[in-house]
Amino acid sequence: MVEGRLERARSFGSWLHGVGPVVGLALLCVAGTLLNSDFASLDNAMNVLTRTAFIGIIAVGMCFVIISGGIDLSVGSMAALIAGLVILLMNTMAGWMDQPILVVAIGMAFSVVLGAAFGLAHGLLITRGRIEPFIVTLGTLGIFRAYLTYFSNGGAITLDDSLSDVYSPVYYTSLAGVPIPVWVFLLVAIAGGVILNRTAFGRYVQAIGSNEQVARYAAVDVDKIKVLTYALLGACVGIATLLYVPRLGSSSPTTGLLWELEAIAAVIVGGTALKGGAGSIAGTVVGAILLSVISNILNLTSIISVYLNAAVQGFVIITVAFLQRRK
Amino acid sequence: MSIAVRFENIVKEFGTVRVLHGVSFELPRGGVYGLLGENGAGKSTLMKILSGYEQPTEGAVFVDGEARVFNNSRAAEAAGIVLIHQEFNLAEDLTIAQNIFLGHEKKRGWWLDDAAMRTETARVLAQVGLDKNPDMPVRHLIVAEKQLVEIAKALARNARLLIMDEPTASLTPGETEALFRLMGRLHEAGVTIVYISHKLDEVERTTNEVIVMRDGRFVTRRPTAELTRREMANLMVGRELSDLYPPKDPSPAPSSAGAMPRLKVVGMTVPGWAQDVGFEVMPGEILGFAGLVGAGRTELFEGLLGLRPHSVERIELDGHEIRIRNPREAVAQGLTYLSEDRKGKGLHVGFGLRENLTLMALEHYAKPWLRPGDEMRALQTAVKDFGIRTGSLDIRASSLSGGNQQKLALAKVLHPKPKVIVLDEPTRGVDVGAKRDIYFLIQRLAREGHGVIVVSSELMELVGLCHRVAVMRAGRLEAMVDAQHLTEEELISHATGTKN
Repeated sequence: MVEGRLERARSFGSWLHGVGPVVGLALLCVAGTLLNSDFASLDNAMNVLTRTAFIGIIAVGMCFVIISGGIDLSVGSMAALIAGLVILLMNTMAGWMDQPILVVAIGMAFSVVLGAAFGLAHGLLITRGRIEPFIVTLGTLGIFRAYLTYFSNGGAITLDDSLSDVYSPVYYTSLAGVPIPVWVFLLVAIAGGVILNRTAFGRYVQAIGSNEQVARYAAVDVDKIKVLTYALLGACVGIATLLYVPRLGSSSPTTGLLWELEAIAAVIVGGTALKGGAGSIAGTVVGAILLSVISNILNLTSIISVYLNAAVQGFVIITVAFLQRRK
Repeated sequence: MSIAVRFENIVKEFGTVRVLHGVSFELPRGGVYGLLGENGAGKSTLMKILSGYEQPTEGAVFVDGEARVFNNSRAAEAAGIVLIHQEFNLAEDLTIAQNIFLGHEKKRGWWLDDAAMRTETARVLAQVGLDKNPDMPVRHLIVAEKQLVEIAKALARNARLLIMDEPTASLTPGETEALFRLMGRLHEAGVTIVYISHKLDEVERTTNEVIVMRDGRFVTRRPTAELTRREMANLMVGRELSDLYPPKDPSPAPSSAGAMPRLKVVGMTVPGWAQDVGFEVMPGEILGFAGLVGAGRTELFEGLLGLRPHSVERIELDGHEIRIRNPREAVAQGLTYLSEDRKGKGLHVGFGLRENLTLMALEHYAKPWLRPGDEMRALQTAVKDFGIRTGSLDIRASSLSGGNQQKLALAKVLHPKPKVIVLDEPTRGVDVGAKRDIYFLIQRLAREGHGVIVVSSELMELVGLCHRVAVMRAGRLEAMVDAQHLTEEELISHATGTKN
């Protein structure tokens, strides 16, 4: 009975912990509305959500990696390189065949496969190679971006106009008033939540992050699960990229810059512990939206320069980590 | 100069939960006091209050007649009170001298005075009888030596009241003897000692007086000489404790009589730990594994499970040759292992009971989506079957007492329905009542036809429980002792290699 009372007190604490990001988001929205009347419009809301989609989709994958006790610093560079390679592939294929829709479809599939392959490589280096995830992905952060810069000769890799016309609706079309990227974001988040909470894989991810040794002794295939989390994140980066490419139709050395910061920040702001073990997809989604709302408010108002967007995100992640630290 | 301590009406609450209900008693100077109580009796909390790691909600601690409040362990240490933890607080990469002076470094001006710290370290090491270079990194020491470093650290802080919490939990008999001699010397030098242990024979040997706590209250104090071990156990649990061990079933027929062993291992080698070990366990048999710390018992079985590099000539389960490369394959073949390290390898203490219970058999609940309802029903059954005492099923494993955590860990390794189970130190850090439950549970498993292997450092437990006991020494199987010859003396002589 004594434990029951203690546990209830604790679950109230974790409830509070869980709604923290939601309350933060609500307060931000109130502030945004007060500061600029355009903020509360449906158009602006859709605009914010569409911009959130890229980071949000990556953050869902990142959530798995972080819960398992890992980290991936390379996602921004990876997105840029995937975008560049996919555009090169599509441009080349467009020269061979006269079916732009097929070319774009192949390009989109290639984007996801390439992301998963990069993630797989991360996972194998981390588990089989026994290298810290921080080091592996710090290395590929440099490698991915350098190769993109090399392929683009320091400039931009641009999608052919004929393909761009076919591809751009993927970003710019709305279904039932909601832009496609937001739909995809929603689907990825729901799938992520189901996988994390209702599959053996999800349970194993939490078990590994909570205590890897215990998981190993309990006959969990720790290496396989870890590799899968990185591959899953890679696939998420691929999905985010295939939505991003039609937006500008090009990839340059500045594409995806600091996305790793935003994705990791979204996960942490959403209440997932950086040391792993426990976390939530819903929290991550709220975290990602919260970060976009901040940058949106900076755009709409002139209180803080929009150039300081990343700084604000940095302050937010440190503040949240400070609030969440164990007593 | 030793010190005297008096607790007056100490109350401690964690949130809304009261764990100490007004404890009052005195520790006169210079004695060796055995503090007894089951897990959850509040003895560790009380000692943490005395040593400054916790502060009382109400009440006061008097040291030499003066009311004192220690806001942290440093303040208590300054008063000469030092607690030596069950889990050591040593920085593995620092040297012995650096550890001993950690947080209390001697300085000359701005610089560390290494020479003075080294000299002082050598002095206290000599005092505890540890012949090691002060510059040796702590990671190179074995467990018993680390413990001596902890005690030397206390002496370097001028400890006049030493609290030892389960100090012999991972010591060999020889190391335990050395520790007792050291306690004797400290006692003569006037240090007051509080000794917390579940091992009643040690309490009987080392202490002058026994203080019993139960459910956060002081129960009684008696001169140790007046009590038998049975009486101590009864005082702790607060009821008459009938026999600790279940009556032994007759040994199953051996394989030499034509019976089929459940598990047969031939020529198992774990480099650095075990050489060419072979054994077999029959259905319904409880096979013990005895040996000193470092004899290679745990490592042998971690090797068998594929958790360590190893080579093996042949493993047979129910007569079929099997291969085990990792714990996953072991579970699939019907072999599971309960680790000796409950928090580090056995349970996810931050997880709920349900998630812990089903982790090793999760594929039964994923079809393909997990079914929490099925898991909950399994937990309800397990709580009943294994006698896990808990107010709510919706708590984390860390909220359970040690004994109930261990029952949960047992339920977990049995959940995939293995044919053979290896239980490594199944009653470590568990109170007497829970121990008894676990012994009866082990017997039930054997009766159900499991092959049960019990690895234990408590010889009494092996003698009381097992049909046969394998004794390991320095990585080799030294002897296989059968039921007729099973005594503590016999096991010790094989374990230490003094059998002639």
